[in-house]
Amino acid sequence: MRSRAKRKRVISKAFLYLILVLGAMIFLFPICWMLITALKTRAEVMTYPMQWLPEVLQWGNFARAITAFPILLYLRNTLFLVVFNLVGTVLSCTLVAYAFSRLRWPGRDVWFMVLLGTMMMPGVCTMIPSFIMYRNFGWIDTYLPLIVPSFTASAGNVFLIRQFFRTIPNELSESAKIDGASHLRIYSQIIMPLCSPVVVMVAVGTFMWTWNDFQGPLLYLNDNNLYTITYGLRTFQTQNSTDWSLLMAAALVISAPTIILFLSCQKYFIEGIVMSGLKG
Amino acid sequence: MQKREAITGYLFASPWLIGLFVFTLYPLLSSLVYSFTNYSMGKDFDFIGWTNFKIMFTSDHGFFQSIWNSVWYTLVSTPLNLICGFGVGLLMNSKVKGIKVFRCIYYLPCVISVVATTMVWSWMFQTKYGLLNQLLAYIGVQGPAWLTDPAWSKTALVIMGLWNCGGGMMMYLAGLKGISSTYYEAAEIDGANAWWKFWKITLPMISPLLFYNLLTGFIGGIQVFTNAFLLTGAGTDNSTNFYVYNMYTMAMNNRRMGYACAMGWILLIVTMSLSLLIWRKVGSRVYYES
Repeated sequence: MRSRAKRKRVISKAFLYLILVLGAMIFLFPICWMLITALKTRAEVMTYPMQWLPEVLQWGNFARAITAFPILLYLRNTLFLVVFNLVGTVLSCTLVAYAFSRLRWPGRDVWFMVLLGTMMMPGVCTMIPSFIMYRNFGWIDTYLPLIVPSFTASAGNVFLIRQFFRTIPNELSESAKIDGASHLRIYSQIIMPLCSPVVVMVAVGTFMWTWNDFQGPLLYLNDNNLYTITYGLRTFQTQNSTDWSLLMAAALVISAPTIILFLSCQKYFIEGIVMSGLKG
Repeated sequence: MQKREAITGYLFASPWLIGLFVFTLYPLLSSLVYSFTNYSMGKDFDFIGWTNFKIMFTSDHGFFQSIWNSVWYTLVSTPLNLICGFGVGLLMNSKVKGIKVFRCIYYLPCVISVVATTMVWSWMFQTKYGLLNQLLAYIGVQGPAWLTDPAWSKTALVIMGLWNCGGGMMMYLAGLKGISSTYYEAAEIDGANAWWKFWKITLPMISPLLFYNLLTGFIGGIQVFTNAFLLTGAGTDNSTNFYVYNMYTMAMNNRRMGYACAMGWILLIVTMSLSLLIWRKVGSRVYYES
């Protein structure tokens, strides 16, 4: 009787692993296929029926890919944007989250409802009028449209940080207040040092968002010298539309930083999503 | 004292408040004004009343086709993404060794830029040498021209979107972890099997989250643009000329800014009212614990 129950448990566990592994293969396959294609010669890519693996690993494709477009310039541009977006997002979102979680001011709850409401608004509705506005500002072909909005706190991040701030006990800031500390001081010296996990989470998300952003550069950047790495990859693709091994090598190179960052920060990253998911 | 705290509150919230007015409300209101004009980025423009809206609903054939494309995409991809995301979330909640590695793998596609994603998928969707059709050939099926056949291009976009369903999975995982184990223990004492526990405990407890994801999935689906822009463009016979894509080309290629703004407002009104409708109809059936 007991052995039968045990056998049943083993079988169901084996079945679970089978599904997990099959799923993992499906999710990983496109990335593997990128790598396999990147290591093939042009002739090996275009075979019918297909040839699964390359005869000789063509590592040279990677060298070809990174010398085929001004990757260092694009990298510099992207990092410039990343730095400003990181500073802007972290600073503005934590300040606003502080206002919504630790301060009492008239209208706070109404504004918070508005904040949640903006998360439900389809963002593309402001795409064209924003473009017109930036054009009137003379901001086209500058980085301003890709930087300035990050200093005005995005609703999702504010919500996430607010959830975290609310877990910090009030006694900490109350005693500081009795000692005569200003809110700016409580924010910078008590709350901020305690919330490094959520700041890392937001920072990692911001890095990936800025690195991967396509729509922003598409709308606001026309000058080749200003392109970001992701946008540069797109123009590279339109110029080499059939050289698949070269394209896959380039795609892998520009995806590598986000993949590595994700794998090394996955603890923070997944926690962040898990926390923001609790709002449902 | 109270007044001082009020000022401090508004000061701390000012970055977001400024952003709300400058980068959200101002564009929205200016676009409402533009939608009644023939503005085309030149210096002069005239107010033309309801003309933009009249053209849209009476003589612009592409307008209706783009609505149909977006509706098709939303209706097909939202439930599929919901089911896959939830299914994967359930899987990821199982307590087995190495589950953290699986979570990473399933989430990995979401950290890759959409440009790189569409590149590998357009390679796999390639008609002759692409992986999908080569695999289909193994089992004797002649695969379609995924990206250029009007009958299949939207499906290709749905498939590519499903690869990213790990994003939703994490949310479900959070929700599933939040369900108190006492419910399951009580059910076990009553002799409930796994199936019963799923239907009577897990599903009702997770329903607010499912509902939230249905709503955001719906709002996201109706906004489909970048994926189509990168993978198929407008598509053969405009088969992937989605609503937002249409709006984008109206503005950026045809310079019909006023018309595009009018389209934006139609989208805003329709999405907001449909969200409200979903909220009323489905939201009332969702189980809330507190």
